[in-house]
Amino acid sequence: MLIFEHSREGRRAYAQAPRQLAGLADIPESYRRRSPALLPEVSELQVVRHYTRLSQKNFSIDTQAYPLGSCTMKYNPRACNTLAMLPEFLARHPYAPDRFGQGVLACLWELQEILTAVTGMKGVSLAPMAGAQGELAGVAMIRAYHEARGAHERTEIIVPDAAHGTNPATAVMCGYKVREIATATDGDVDMAALKQALGPQTAGIMLTNPSTVGVFERRIEEIARLVHEAGGLLYYDGANLNAILGKARPGDMGFDVIHLNLHKTFSTPHGGGGPGAGALGAGERLHAFMPIPIVAREGEHYRWHTETERPQSIGRLSTFGGNVGVLLRAYVYTRLLGREGMYRVAEFATLNANYLMARLRAAGFQIAYPQRRASHEFIVSLKREAKEIGATAMDFAKRLLDYGFHAPTTYFPLLVAEALLIEPTETETKEELDGFVAAMCRIRDEARADLAFVKGAPYKLPVRRLDEVRAARELNLSWKPSV
Amino acid sequence: MPFIPHTEQDIRDMLSAIGVAEIASLFDEIPASLRSNLPPSVPPQVTEMEITRLLHERARRDAQPLCFIGAGAYDHHIPAAVWELTTRGEFYSAYTPYQAEASQGTLQLAYEYQTMMVGLTGMDVSNASLYDGGSALAEAVLMAVRRNRRSSVRRVLMPTTVHPAYRRVTETIVRNQAIELETVGYESRAGTLNLAALERWSGEDVTALVIQQPNFFGCLEDVNSLVDWAHTQGALVIALVNPIALAVLTPPGQWGQNGADIACGEGQPLGIPLSSGGPYFGFMVCKNAHVRQMPGRIVGKTVDLEGRAGYTLTLQPREQHIRRSKATSNICTNQGLMVTAATLYMSLLGAGGLARVAAACHANTQALLAAVSNIEGVRPAFIGPSFHEAVLQLDAPARSALERMAGAGILGGYDLSQDYPELGHAILVCATEKRTDEDIAAYARAMQGALRVARRA
Ligand SMILES: Cc1ncc(COP(=O)(O)O)c(C=O)c1O
Repeated sequence: MLIFEHSREGRRAYAQAPRQLAGLADIPESYRRRSPALLPEVSELQVVRHYTRLSQKNFSIDTQAYPLGSCTMKYNPRACNTLAMLPEFLARHPYAPDRFGQGVLACLWELQEILTAVTGMKGVSLAPMAGAQGELAGVAMIRAYHEARGAHERTEIIVPDAAHGTNPATAVMCGYKVREIATATDGDVDMAALKQALGPQTAGIMLTNPSTVGVFERRIEEIARLVHEAGGLLYYDGANLNAILGKARPGDMGFDVIHLNLHKTFSTPHGGGGPGAGALGAGERLHAFMPIPIVAREGEHYRWHTETERPQSIGRLSTFGGNVGVLLRAYVYTRLLGREGMYRVAEFATLNANYLMARLRAAGFQIAYPQRRASHEFIVSLKREAKEIGATAMDFAKRLLDYGFHAPTTYFPLLVAEALLIEPTETETKEELDGFVAAMCRIRDEARADLAFVKGAPYKLPVRRLDEVRAARELNLSWKPSV
Repeated sequence: MPFIPHTEQDIRDMLSAIGVAEIASLFDEIPASLRSNLPPSVPPQVTEMEITRLLHERARRDAQPLCFIGAGAYDHHIPAAVWELTTRGEFYSAYTPYQAEASQGTLQLAYEYQTMMVGLTGMDVSNASLYDGGSALAEAVLMAVRRNRRSSVRRVLMPTTVHPAYRRVTETIVRNQAIELETVGYESRAGTLNLAALERWSGEDVTALVIQQPNFFGCLEDVNSLVDWAHTQGALVIALVNPIALAVLTPPGQWGQNGADIACGEGQPLGIPLSSGGPYFGFMVCKNAHVRQMPGRIVGKTVDLEGRAGYTLTLQPREQHIRRSKATSNICTNQGLMVTAATLYMSLLGAGGLARVAAACHANTQALLAAVSNIEGVRPAFIGPSFHEAVLQLDAPARSALERMAGAGILGGYDLSQDYPELGHAILVCATEKRTDEDIAAYARAMQGALRVARRA
């Protein structure tokens, strides 16, 4: 039932609004709304009950293991939320003078410093509000750099075929042509394809390392050299830094600009689709172009640097200062981890991924890059199961839900057939991983015995498999009252 | 180990299953030349007790004065239930609802949210959120340029009565797509878009016109004439609106003969704390005809195998994960949790409660204007209808007056002198429903004191 269907005319949650409707006599009739907006009329208890029940229809990290590849669904420590929501932090207007925000600015400045150190870049801007916005900023900076040097002929951005969809979409938003290059059979970039793609038209390359196929790009130094020799710059998609945190730094690999998804590696919640934060780091060449605002420390005082102090900046990405509340959560998390904790994140994320990969391989599942170490994630290809039994990656994914596991990422990256991209993260127990292997084996047995049964999954969720084709064909995007 | 559950025994068993002797071996594909340690500037680990103490200290330093600033972010009351429920783990720690069957909570909520935004704006369809108001306007501009195929230029009219920060964000985001953002000035007495300046574009090819209502100054634009003018030109109309104001003002779907084509704005007033500027959320709604050019997630209703109603992400071929370089936008993660809060807020208030909030804000701002009206050296900058916010002109530099008021515990307004030097010493003020008569009296006293000192200086 929808909240609108609980609605009865004249029912109100009276405690929530001002006592009375003030007069609007000074606003001419012609500017005024003629009939009230269609919103529910419900009591406070009805609201609380309805949305509590709705919440219970979700899988979440707090309720299920969530090995969704490329998404780093690790535990979101509660302290991060509690401390980011201290009333003084919440009450601060974005245009309140800096002197009323010395506490929050101190946290943000320290976060900038920590992320600068972790990434090996020259500086960090916390302005981008998600990974894709970090990418937009980074590629816009590459463009600003070339334009500042009059290199207008550089019109192409190189993107591996395995890249996340936001990479090519971002390059186009920045006015670039996308040149895709292939992935070699060992999972690394195909060097011949790269060399062929590079030229005077190259503005830069966008790379993910460990890559979206879950392996460390071993020839990264050579790639960086080749791209720089061709006059291009390197963008690092650091959405998932979990496997190299404290182990290797993008700055040392030769990257000029990077973004980090704080809502992955730094454990801020995903919230059912955001908000995130896409902190951006830049090296020597691109530092001056970073998006504003950026927190500066002057003696014991913190303040925002804006257009005045950073005239070469590509500009603002948000009305105010980005997703500050998310940044506070990430700050608390970095402090709770500390230096030692960061090493351990990488170690145990990698241990869990390699363990799960070894167990699934031993159970007879096909690993996409079996000769490679897993990073924080790895790919199982269900091509054989699809061909021999008829059970696809989607079927396994849906049936896993019945076993109480959120499905891994399905059909991404596109170059591996019937892909399940699996990322257990460091916060899951061995028992949970063993349970996942057992569920995968059970599903394969079930499919052998009764394929139609598996294709009918899920059975134990609030709804059975949903008709997505119909959703797109007979668009119903909002509720309408029946008259 | 913080947040890591492994016992010594687990580690041994897991390494042996992998077939390596130690964890370090798992990193052997990283070239030795790249292996590094963290520099000492990464601080050592602290306990929850220690970080709690530190953050409480910092929060105490950030005690906030009484806020009379609006300018795009508003200090409204947020019902207790909103964040109690929003931070439930099932909402808080879920991913984007790719697995629809396991995400019916988030999805149904988004469908309800879309319905509420359609109701509030009088438009046909809503997406499930963008990052914030400024970036939503940028996306609306890009959408209008993609959509308006009758226009062979890429020219968008951007009045200076649109929030200056929104204009800057739009500039950053659309800059590399060869789009001309043409400014249109305002009438100095009314504080609304200058129709004569607009006339200069009559008969020209214009792709879209942006209209903010109420505009950045709090003045009410003559939206009906503006929309009809734009449509006659073959331009699309992008409405930039405040969702609380829509409880009492004409919704963009009903502006002029045919309504606006796209409406967008800042969702923060709907139950989101000020929080130094974010996270907030951007909303976007449009006419049916434009839905395939809309950026962001959209949730649709469908049925499951047994014919039961359910909800799922739909029209995904617009999005980057399917269309890659041909997507409508690169947006992926948006501001889902903020939409959860907004949906709860709108449910708790309903249309009646929202209208009370809007009217109370307006009444308080009017009361503020009345309270300062007989202070020497203060006068309203514009004549004509306004809503919820207003511009005051002072006879002393705004910056020092505001600084002095802040010293007296009052954030007296937003200084306009940087973006609108022609207004002289001007500030934008706002008194939301949270401000009491005593607060307003305190404001007037502080203003009077500040001006007295400033004049002497
Ligand atoms: C590899 C990679 N790049 C980029 C992104 C985009 O990040 P966001 O969703 O925060 O925009 C993601 C996550 O969705 C990702 O996994």
